[in-house]
Amino acid sequence: MMAMLRLLGRHRDLLYMLSRRDVTVKYKQSIMGFLWAILMPLLITSAGVVVKIAMAEMSGKAIVFRDVLPVAIKAAPWAFFVASIRFSTQSLSNNYNLVTKIAFPRAVFPLSSVASQLFDFAIATSVIVVIVVFSGISPTVHLLWVPLLLALLIAQVVGLALLLSAANLFFRDVKYLVEVVLTFAIFFTPVFYSVAQFGDRGKLLLLNPVAPVLEGLDAAIVQGHAPDLFWTVYAAGWAVVLLLVTPALFLRLEPKFAESV
Amino acid sequence: MSDIVLEARGLHKKFRKGELYTSLRDLVPALAKRAVKGGLDKSEFWALKDVNFQVERGEAFGIIGHNGAGKSTLLKHLCGILMPTSGELVVKGRLSALIEVGAGFHPDLTGRDNIYLNGTILGMTRAEIRSKFDAIVEFSELADFLDTPVKRYSSGMYARLGFAVAAHVEPDVLVVDEVLSVGDFVFQRKSVEKMRQVMKGGTTVVFVSHNLRAVADLCKRGMLLDHGTVSAIGPVTEVVKTYMERGTEGAADDPTKDVYVSRVTLRDEAGAEAVQFDAGQRMIAEVEVTARRATERLAVVIECRDEEMYEVFNTSTQRLGAETVDLAPGEKFTARLALRLHLAPGTYHFGVYVYRYDIQKNYDTLTPAKTFYVRSLIDVRGVAHLEPEVLSQDKSG
Repeated sequence: MMAMLRLLGRHRDLLYMLSRRDVTVKYKQSIMGFLWAILMPLLITSAGVVVKIAMAEMSGKAIVFRDVLPVAIKAAPWAFFVASIRFSTQSLSNNYNLVTKIAFPRAVFPLSSVASQLFDFAIATSVIVVIVVFSGISPTVHLLWVPLLLALLIAQVVGLALLLSAANLFFRDVKYLVEVVLTFAIFFTPVFYSVAQFGDRGKLLLLNPVAPVLEGLDAAIVQGHAPDLFWTVYAAGWAVVLLLVTPALFLRLEPKFAESV
Repeated sequence: MSDIVLEARGLHKKFRKGELYTSLRDLVPALAKRAVKGGLDKSEFWALKDVNFQVERGEAFGIIGHNGAGKSTLLKHLCGILMPTSGELVVKGRLSALIEVGAGFHPDLTGRDNIYLNGTILGMTRAEIRSKFDAIVEFSELADFLDTPVKRYSSGMYARLGFAVAAHVEPDVLVVDEVLSVGDFVFQRKSVEKMRQVMKGGTTVVFVSHNLRAVADLCKRGMLLDHGTVSAIGPVTEVVKTYMERGTEGAADDPTKDVYVSRVTLRDEAGAEAVQFDAGQRMIAEVEVTARRATERLAVVIECRDEEMYEVFNTSTQRLGAETVDLAPGEKFTARLALRLHLAPGTYHFGVYVYRYDIQKNYDTLTPAKTFYVRSLIDVRGVAHLEPEVLSQDKSG
């Protein structure tokens, strides 16, 4: 991992320009402009509200704003996760003309894909902040957990991005597999619901490394208590393992990229 | 004292023909098959075989060879895109390649944005690009279109911008592949001038091209690649000569032909076989024609074509007033023609036909039969050499 950081340090300008390219191209010609960034989270939240209403009907309890807020808070990071994985998986194969012609660290492709999604995420987050402020939730000391949880999410995304982008070069159907998994992953991830609703069996859902992060955000922001320590450490374990393994693997496979495209 | 900046030692590269497993869907059955059958044999071939060469600092080194000789593969190794199967490649300093100008341009971004994007892809820092920005723009002659998305550029403009960025990277070793064919004629001249300037500045240049004239003009030393091996290395004129003498001999004999061109030789005035001539020099072309069956009233047609195979010149023994020739089976004759080469510097192809005019029958075609190279002490371009002189340039008024 240190080797990769050194490489990227030397090519940070390239990383910056590629990220900027992805952002500029996306915003430049679309009438929607910056609405793009909140479109996905907004859709996810709306879907969540529908699900919540259905649940409320079943249980006979009326729906309140406090039930909807967690969905909005979880929707933005989830949208970031999905979009980052989706774009980074194809980042190397889409730039094959550069991969086969010019030498520089290939990791800039998946990483710049993640960076450009981070830009969207930042915009979505600022909208969330406004909503949270106006919702009248009093801030607690547990908000300090939020940066840590987001860092874990980004670390997981970076690790997966490196792994999947390389895999998609060698096996072209990886992207279809990723697509299918991402489509249905929302049912296995506590975005519309919270793990607590499942009682003890909910623990199984927390095995999904993104789940503890989303539940932690809900806890720290809306519920006002500390995230579950055990499961936070579990998610951190994933982040650390991914960051230790995937950069090394990526660098080892890199010399074969140009021949496999 | 020699100062080697680029060295290849025993470079080998193995490629696999045929399918790699490009999807998981294919991999799973293949693995199963492998488990049952044992090792899978793949047809492998050597794209590069024991390639050795050294390039000194400040040298211009040319690499020539037919298509598929391994030039591109070697280039990709130089650039670090491919890794050798065995052997070693040592590069000292920053190496930059003019392989594909404009690689990484994004059509939706403006010229300005693309200069930065392309520049960083080629290994420059943003600060470096900022300091060279004006020079790049001036060189590209696209100052008025800087804020236009490059998708609205013509292909010439696109190439110019790409070359302008690439030409300002200032590497220690510059690898050039075929880019001199980029853009319009005026810009081509600018590119060649820029290359010379870069070389004068002490940059080592590795030049790969089909354009023998450009290679011979720009480089002192060169290497000929043939089927992945180095078949000649040394002074560029020697290497170019080896290349030209190769592969044009004896068109495969077709027994159905009544008459065929059995030998073509180009000689200088002294009678020695030659491939390089000075503009204005006389060239002697010897064409030997052999008959399998009796044939009558044969004439030899000769032609010269330029590098793009455009016809530059064409005549025949009969049109020049010479007698036609009748041949008995097994008999042969040799036509010797002299040509004065009022040609601009460049590579030309010499072609031959055996023709009978009264029945308009073409017996045999050998084109190009030979390739020759014309050089000139004065700088003229185009096709013809009109032996120009500046008589005066007086100011008046």
